[in-house]
Amino acid sequence: MPETLFDKIWNAHLVARRADGRELIYVDRHVLHELHAPHAFETLEKQHRPVRRPDLTFSAQDHTVSTQPGRNDESNPSGAAFIRAMREGSRKNRIRVFDLGDPDQGISHVVAPELGMVLPGATHAVPDSHASTVGGLGALAFGCGTTELGHILATQVIAMKRPKSMLVRLDGKLGPHVSAKDVALRIIAEIGVSGARGHVVEYAGSAARAMPMEQRMTLCNLNIEMGGRSGFVAPDESTFQWIAGRPFAPQGAMWDRALAHWRTLTTDAGAKFDRELILDCGGLEPQITWGTDPSQVLGISGKVPDPSATDGGKRDALQSALDYMGLQPGMALAGLPVNRVFIGSCTNARLPDLQTAADVVRGRKVAEGVVAMVVPGSSTVKREAEAKGLDRVFRDAGFFWGESGCSMCAGGNGDRGEPGERIVSTTNRNFENRQGPKTRTHLVSPATAAATAIAGRIADVRQLGNA
Amino acid sequence: MQPFKSHTGIAVPLLRDDINTDEMSPVQAMREMKPDYKKLLFMRRRVEEPDFVLNKPQFQNPGILVTGQNFGAGSSREAAVWGMLANNIRVIVAKSFADIYRENCLQNGLLPVVLGSDLADAFVARVVATNGAAPFTVDLETQTISGPGGPDIKFDIPAADRMRLLEGLDDIGLTLKHTEEIVAWEKRIAASQPWLQEARDSRRR
Repeated sequence: MPETLFDKIWNAHLVARRADGRELIYVDRHVLHELHAPHAFETLEKQHRPVRRPDLTFSAQDHTVSTQPGRNDESNPSGAAFIRAMREGSRKNRIRVFDLGDPDQGISHVVAPELGMVLPGATHAVPDSHASTVGGLGALAFGCGTTELGHILATQVIAMKRPKSMLVRLDGKLGPHVSAKDVALRIIAEIGVSGARGHVVEYAGSAARAMPMEQRMTLCNLNIEMGGRSGFVAPDESTFQWIAGRPFAPQGAMWDRALAHWRTLTTDAGAKFDRELILDCGGLEPQITWGTDPSQVLGISGKVPDPSATDGGKRDALQSALDYMGLQPGMALAGLPVNRVFIGSCTNARLPDLQTAADVVRGRKVAEGVVAMVVPGSSTVKREAEAKGLDRVFRDAGFFWGESGCSMCAGGNGDRGEPGERIVSTTNRNFENRQGPKTRTHLVSPATAAATAIAGRIADVRQLGNA
Repeated sequence: MQPFKSHTGIAVPLLRDDINTDEMSPVQAMREMKPDYKKLLFMRRRVEEPDFVLNKPQFQNPGILVTGQNFGAGSSREAAVWGMLANNIRVIVAKSFADIYRENCLQNGLLPVVLGSDLADAFVARVVATNGAAPFTVDLETQTISGPGGPDIKFDIPAADRMRLLEGLDDIGLTLKHTEEIVAWEKRIAASQPWLQEARDSRRR
């Protein structure tokens, strides 16, 4: 019977079926972060349970780290306890930690792929809902809670009920200045914040195929924002090229063997998915969220919806989102003044994201009164960007250029907006209070964020003239 | 894990869809390793909105939370479950749950009950009418909700999840019974796809 790629990866990792009916799926790589892992270390220690495979486990310091130059454990006072507990717990359990000051430090979802830890057809787990970012390389990744993280540390398997499968086929060719972020926001707008609940999503079609790896990672990163259990793009030759030569990737004869296997990682013709969605991306314009969940999305030339034109159930939710965001029904978002622009996060802070933003910014200045920040996704991205002179482009324009971490995405490191501020952000959640109490967040692509910082108003990057 | 057999308590109506874990446990409140989880639950709303349901006198000792679709969307933070338990909320009745949140409930002995739309609406009406004046009981052994204003309501839950909650099974212990199969899998893959069983940094000699 024809199989989906999800079936193939799942079946290949199925270790056993537990007495309670759950399936034990082997976790090939487990990447931790300091906000949650210390709790699990403590629980395991109390239970006298060792970490089964410290050699397949890695620790990132990302959620609570300061982005200030010359940072140390104490730079974000509330992060110090987490950072130290992570360091100590990792040392005791013989887990390699990408610590502050390590050249490989950064956001777990950015670091793992760039080091070549993420391989096609492999399984991953991270105690973070954006785990499926690495699905961009054809890996099957699951986000989990703290107790599950302890379970994986002790057993190297995750106990799950088999999810359903869903195909999202992205047809057409993206227009200029339109990227994976815009596509992902449009998909979420189409199917809603719980539209993929219980499903593993395979993203396919010509538009997904044409995306470079970093954009595929952006696409898969946002999978959780429509409730998906995991999401991936099947690997292809450009995936293999991207991985080749990275530090943790197989080398030499092992590489050749792996490559031969990876070339079999496709969904068979005629394989059945539980659900399918087709989206034509050809006419897509840059997208932006207007509300307080990631499905409340408009094209950049669109108008804010009118709750009175909506039926009962959703009307209150729409009105409450409009009130929180300080918007009127029917108004355009383009042209609205902003206070702050943030370019960063596991969604959009890989090197090409920063390159795209820098190309918009080059030779221009951040509008007066706007606070603009760039926080690279990893210390490696930061070094590579600096080697290309991107830091100069941003700094000359008036952007803050930070050290790597989750920063204003998760709000766990002290970087945040002030109450009432309108923030345009390349992150993944526009929830109320997420980027600081009473902040109003609009999610966009790096190109739109850069154009907005320059204009001082929500801008259509396609209309920004030549510098 | 504490077994779950039945739980009796005041049912609190929080009637919105898509309530996310940022709202239940704001990251700004998670700045200590061991925060006060009782205070942390819906902290911002409880501080800023005097009319918020958990601020009302009749809901000061909650036991059951009643809500809409897709409860627990967003971040995987387990504090959003620990905050419920710290407030003695051991049952959440919803039209649906976000996947990771539901899993975190099961890991902590918090019963996630899903009711179909019609049953849910009928139950919500009873909870609203009761307005905290009398408790409801959720019994996992008989899979029923009972309380004021109407007949017992039957609910479905996958047998495996029910057993795990009833027995308070240690999840790791359950899996470790399969250690031989885990070892066998590792050996098999080390032969067929050896790159999966080693994560070596080629820069280090």
